[in-house]
Amino acid sequence: MSVLDSVTMALKNIKTSKVRTFLTMLGIIIGVAAVIVIVGLGNGLQNYVTDSFASLGTNTLNVSVQSRGATRTLKVDDVYAIVEDNSEYLALCSPTASVSGALKIGTETITGSTVSGVSEDYFEIRGYEIAEGRGLVYNDIATCAKVCVVGEYLNRAYFDGEAVGQYLRLGYLRLKIIGVMAQESDDAPESGGTDDCVYLPYSTASRSSGRITGYVITARDEKTVTQSKNALEDALFDYFDSEDYYTVISMSEILSVMTSMIDIMVGVLAGIAAISLVVGGIGIMNIMLVSVTERTREIGIRKSLGAKERYILEQFIIEAATTSAIGGVLGIGFGYVLSAAATKVIELAMDEALIVTPTASAIVLAFGISCGIGVLFGFLPARKAARLNPIDALRYE
Amino acid sequence: MCALIEFRNVCKYYYMGDNTVVAADHVSFTIERGEFVAIVGQSGSGKSTCMNIIGCLDVPTEGTYLLNGADVGTLGKNELAEIRNEQIGFIFQQYNLLPKLNLAENVEVPLMYAGVGKAERRARARKALADVGLDDKWRNRPNQLSGGQQQRVSIARALVGDPSLILADEPTGALDSKTGKEVLAILRSLNEAGRTVVLITHDNSIAAQAQRIIRLADGKVIYDGPVDEPPKGGGSQ
Ligand SMILES: Nc1ncnc2c1ncn2[C@@H]1O[C@H](COP(=O)(O)OP(=O)(O)OP(=O)(O)O)[C@@H](O)[C@H]1O
Ligand SMILES: [Mg+2]
Repeated sequence: MSVLDSVTMALKNIKTSKVRTFLTMLGIIIGVAAVIVIVGLGNGLQNYVTDSFASLGTNTLNVSVQSRGATRTLKVDDVYAIVEDNSEYLALCSPTASVSGALKIGTETITGSTVSGVSEDYFEIRGYEIAEGRGLVYNDIATCAKVCVVGEYLNRAYFDGEAVGQYLRLGYLRLKIIGVMAQESDDAPESGGTDDCVYLPYSTASRSSGRITGYVITARDEKTVTQSKNALEDALFDYFDSEDYYTVISMSEILSVMTSMIDIMVGVLAGIAAISLVVGGIGIMNIMLVSVTERTREIGIRKSLGAKERYILEQFIIEAATTSAIGGVLGIGFGYVLSAAATKVIELAMDEALIVTPTASAIVLAFGISCGIGVLFGFLPARKAARLNPIDALRYE
Repeated sequence: MCALIEFRNVCKYYYMGDNTVVAADHVSFTIERGEFVAIVGQSGSGKSTCMNIIGCLDVPTEGTYLLNGADVGTLGKNELAEIRNEQIGFIFQQYNLLPKLNLAENVEVPLMYAGVGKAERRARARKALADVGLDDKWRNRPNQLSGGQQQRVSIARALVGDPSLILADEPTGALDSKTGKEVLAILRSLNEAGRTVVLITHDNSIAAQAQRIIRLADGKVIYDGPVDEPPKGGGSQ
């Protein structure tokens, strides 16, 4: 008797009791679908986070300085000198300055906008493009020019798309708009979004009411971000002679921390989902035990016709495995449908483009586990069937 | 050459709580190849018990059963399964067909366990069905047939593996006398073709079709001899 005969026999049996088989499979279907959706959700979240970070630049290092109490204060020129000294590792640098004072266009006060003092390199560091007019140049910084660049949102909402050449007020500063940034977000620009921003020279900002809060520095090469970070930290340590007055955060480090956090979260959730696979397996075991009892006479007849224990064992195990394998396939299909639905729901409810993407490894794993569970939980009933005494089984009513 | 079947003081006890049922009590007989033997006796006399032992479905509690000179008591489960598969064809009173399979598939079952390939299996099953006159119904399910037809299917199944020993336990028990006679005619022709046939019945008129009668009462052999000798006592009808 070949395995093919056993599979044919199993399929025949499954066909004759479709409803029962389907109900038996339900646990497996739900388990597999849950694993696929959860891992897909994690995968989508991962992509989403990675994309978000990519737009911030994974090769950037953010330096924040708390020089209060330090014997030396870190001046902008010192930082530029550090970057130059470590040009092997560090490339561009821009201070970031906070600005106090309300943003006003005409008589209207605007809240929620990002307002920051930066250098001429800031746009290159962030990968921002200028759509109209010009960006900041060295001369603007050097002369503390009262100019600024605005995002597409402000341009559209307050200047009808013709912001260049107009003015806005920032506290008591009156800034001329010299450029408009190209739209950053994929959707329509909105208040508080990436396109709702004003960038002015850091020198202008710090000379009025603002102060330098930190620096954005890029690594020379994305592959050596860690070395770049070390070089920068070493230089800052030399400067302050202490670790207490600065922090350097690398975006790629944050990304990898978040990535591993998401991995852990997905792992835990997938583990919980896998429990339902085990429950599904117990369901299969339960039905198989009932089925063995129901089919005791059949087993007796088969034994009287020369079936060895091995064949009966094989027949029932393959039946359980086939049931859970079919459940696994249905679960994969169901998982895909659920993933698509979840993507839609996230889009509608949270307005975020998080695409739930089932991974091949999750599919293979879930399917493999479900087949394995069929064999594992089918084994006990199958052994019970195989060990039946032929004459007792034949006499069974 | 040894006898096909040899019972030496075979005993079968069933333990039911405190009391012991003696289903076979020191039964001894031999059956040679090519014989047509009827085992008769009243209900509960131990006929089926003996047949189950002959058919390697059950083992004696005491005593020795030699099949082809080999002591069945020393054989393992797999060897017993092989003997049932290759050497013995069973015909049961209740037909014992598998309800979910069609007739051809039912007849194929012993061949499947013998490891015969799919195509040959189907061909041999159809041939066996043709031999009992049911080839045109091979796609039907057992429950679509009359009792006599079902019994013919079970005969086809018993014969398909070409066993040397046919065991029939009350094969006519569920049939009317006409279909019963047809079944008996088939058994006789099988015997004439050289097979050993052991027929179990409580009906003397059916037992009379055999060449030899073994009569049991309370698990003991009370008569073993030719049919024409008038049986003494026991036996219904
Ligand atoms: N599994 C069992 N457990 C307990 N007692 C049993 C069992 N099988 C048979 N017996 C007993 O053994 C005795 C012989 O039974 P057996 O089935 O061999 O009789 P039989 O001659 O075939 O009867 P019938 O003509 O009614 O089929 C009976 O008394 C029966 O009750
Ligand atoms: Mg009986």
